[in-house]
Amino acid sequence: MDEENTLLELNNVSTAFKIEGQYYNAVSHVDLKVKKDEILAIVGESGCGKSTLATTVVGLHDMKTTKISGEAFFEGQDLLKMSDSQLNDVRGAKIGMIFQDPLSALNPLKKIEDQISEVLDYHTKMSTEEKHNRALQLLEQVGIDEPKRTARQFPHELSGGMRQRVIIAIAIACKPDLIIADEPTTALDVTIQAQILDVLRDIQKENHAGIILITHDLGVVAETADEVAVMYAGEVVECGTTEQVFGDPRHPYTRSLLRSMPQGDMDVLNDDLYVIQGSVPSIEKMPQAGDKFAPRIPWIPASAHEKEPTMHEISAGHEVRCTCYKDFYFKSLEVKDV
Amino acid sequence: MSLIEIRDLTVHYPIRSGFWNRVTDVVRAVDGISFDIEAGETYGLVGESGSGKSTTGKSVVGLEQITSGLIKYNGVDITKKSTRKKHNYNQNVQMIFQDSLSSLNPRKRVLDIIAEPLRNFQKLSAEDEKIRVLQLLETVGLSPDSLYKYPHQFSGGQRQRIGIARAVATNPQLIVADEPVSALDLSVQAQVLNFMKKIQREFGISYLFISHDLGVVRHMCQNIAIMNKGRLVEVGTREDIYDDPLHIYTKRLLAAIPEVDVSKRDERMENRLKIEKVYQEKAKQYYDEDGLAYPLVQVSPTHFAALPQDKLAELTGQKRRDT
Ligand SMILES: Nc1ncnc2c1ncn2[C@@H]1O[C@H](COP(=O)(O)OP(=O)(O)OP(=O)(O)O)[C@@H](O)[C@H]1O
Ligand SMILES: Nc1ncnc2c1ncn2[C@@H]1O[C@H](COP(=O)(O)OP(=O)(O)OP(=O)(O)O)[C@@H](O)[C@H]1O
Ligand SMILES: [Mg+2]
Ligand SMILES: [Mg+2]
Repeated sequence: MDEENTLLELNNVSTAFKIEGQYYNAVSHVDLKVKKDEILAIVGESGCGKSTLATTVVGLHDMKTTKISGEAFFEGQDLLKMSDSQLNDVRGAKIGMIFQDPLSALNPLKKIEDQISEVLDYHTKMSTEEKHNRALQLLEQVGIDEPKRTARQFPHELSGGMRQRVIIAIAIACKPDLIIADEPTTALDVTIQAQILDVLRDIQKENHAGIILITHDLGVVAETADEVAVMYAGEVVECGTTEQVFGDPRHPYTRSLLRSMPQGDMDVLNDDLYVIQGSVPSIEKMPQAGDKFAPRIPWIPASAHEKEPTMHEISAGHEVRCTCYKDFYFKSLEVKDV
Repeated sequence: MSLIEIRDLTVHYPIRSGFWNRVTDVVRAVDGISFDIEAGETYGLVGESGSGKSTTGKSVVGLEQITSGLIKYNGVDITKKSTRKKHNYNQNVQMIFQDSLSSLNPRKRVLDIIAEPLRNFQKLSAEDEKIRVLQLLETVGLSPDSLYKYPHQFSGGQRQRIGIARAVATNPQLIVADEPVSALDLSVQAQVLNFMKKIQREFGISYLFISHDLGVVRHMCQNIAIMNKGRLVEVGTREDIYDDPLHIYTKRLLAAIPEVDVSKRDERMENRLKIEKVYQEKAKQYYDEDGLAYPLVQVSPTHFAALPQDKLAELTGQKRRDT
């Protein structure tokens, strides 16, 4: 819990995109901390700003159409104020990244070993032999059975699970202090998913790294994360330890998400799943003031919401946005529109 | 008699190579599987990527050239195109595709997409056709102004509903639903699954529900088949599969399902690692010398598993001791 273990600290981070001459926030006023030896999961539906937050932290936005504010302290330096060349030194070396789209992350024309060497070349001064050995060691570390063979293969010769392991190998090649993994298992089978998550956890233990795990799979979060931040419409609406957020969820959004998951004991023919009304608005249509989740729980009176919602501490480290959690109750509605 | 009976279905894809582009080998995508789908039920087909689920699904709707075996519909073998036609099979059996974006023609308007099966099978006037499509849009919960929009103007969940509207247009008896919700968010997934159940209750539709999400399958399916490398390794009711899995492959698949109950996390992880260890050590015993699953054997009136003789003997011994 002490400050020295904080690896990354986000203060009031906002990211806005320009659409037809106007800026709209995709991420709004986010405060978060990632500690050493810890996995922080960011969850939320599609379009809630999870990937945008990650790419903001590592400076991967076109500044002609993006406005970013706030601070992101990483090892004492504000990433949001760094120049491109400073960022290039950090990315891939101190911060490893696993992007949402696994197919585009690998070069189809290069052998796996060469793709690993490339990162090592950029950030280290290893000899050819050192690089070769390191590549094999990395492939072994991510659980590839025959590192020597895989090193000589091209991406299309590998299965989806193996490709994802290679991507992780590249992300950890320079022993980063922080790993950002955006939906690292979404396209994979459960058995492979479980293996990849084990690999991530092992690496975190070995390297004492911090990990930001972005996903919309609540099961994955519950199985792997130490801390959770639930995002809705660009804002963090609830955060705390995994036990706090999943064991004692408070925000209506968190509770609704958990409730919409299939439960094992339901009747196959007759039991319906809980449906959250409405959908995540596009950033142009986002409510500009008040509780952004309010339109999706219209049976909760306006008076229950704060005019300018803030985070409230429920117990040490467990925070919830807006006071409406106190008055929230479920109402099952037959809703037709997506 | 079941609505659909599948017997010893095999689908082999040729692998061509060399200068003459001759067939040198085959991929045994589906390698001799049998199961029945009853009227009004949801039958689950589960397995890892590449196990042959989509190939099975496409064979059932007649989109795949099958290598051998039988597919019976109300007792009639419909593996021939001419018999499918005679029994209106293609009208009565429809498919929801794995990838909603690429399965909907981007240059066609929603009206034309949904009307396509109607145009193929029913000769309606333009007026009646539009009325029917509007009715279908209402059933799947899309607004009438969707008629003249294009697929890219919809969210993933809405597109999946367009695919469902098209699939139900001809009032089919069976819909093969290939991963209908795997690309969707929880809240949209809930809507689509509820909707599928709703039209099942109303119209008595059967589903062949293909998925690798065991949580969703448990929610939707009465009967389930577990597929592994083109063969079935276990078949049974929901309870048989989830409460009493027998094949090592099924056990491993179940152990890997992530759950939201944080308090049991360490326990589950331990269990998973234990099963993984058994799998690594003993998986070979569950497959023949070619690495393929054994034939299914019956262990209860509803439960079948691809167990080798010695495992089966062990199991019956144990059952006898238990009782
Ligand atoms: N470059 C961009 N220009 C304009 N809008 C953008 C841009 N990138 C993202 N957005 C919008 O910002 C919002 C947040 O998108 P983001 O990709 O961060 O969501 P996400 O939570 O990662 O969703 P998913 O789960 O689908 O990956 C969305 O409404 C998206 O359309
Ligand atoms: N047209 C084809 N030609 C050659 N091989 C094919 C073809 N279609 C599928 N296969 C192979 O057949 C096997 C089964 O594929 P299928 O698409 O049925 O799997 P699946 O269980 O649906 O997998 P997923 O969960 O990834 O969708 C795979 O090995 C696949 O590569
Ligand atoms: Mg994203
Ligand atoms: Mg498939």
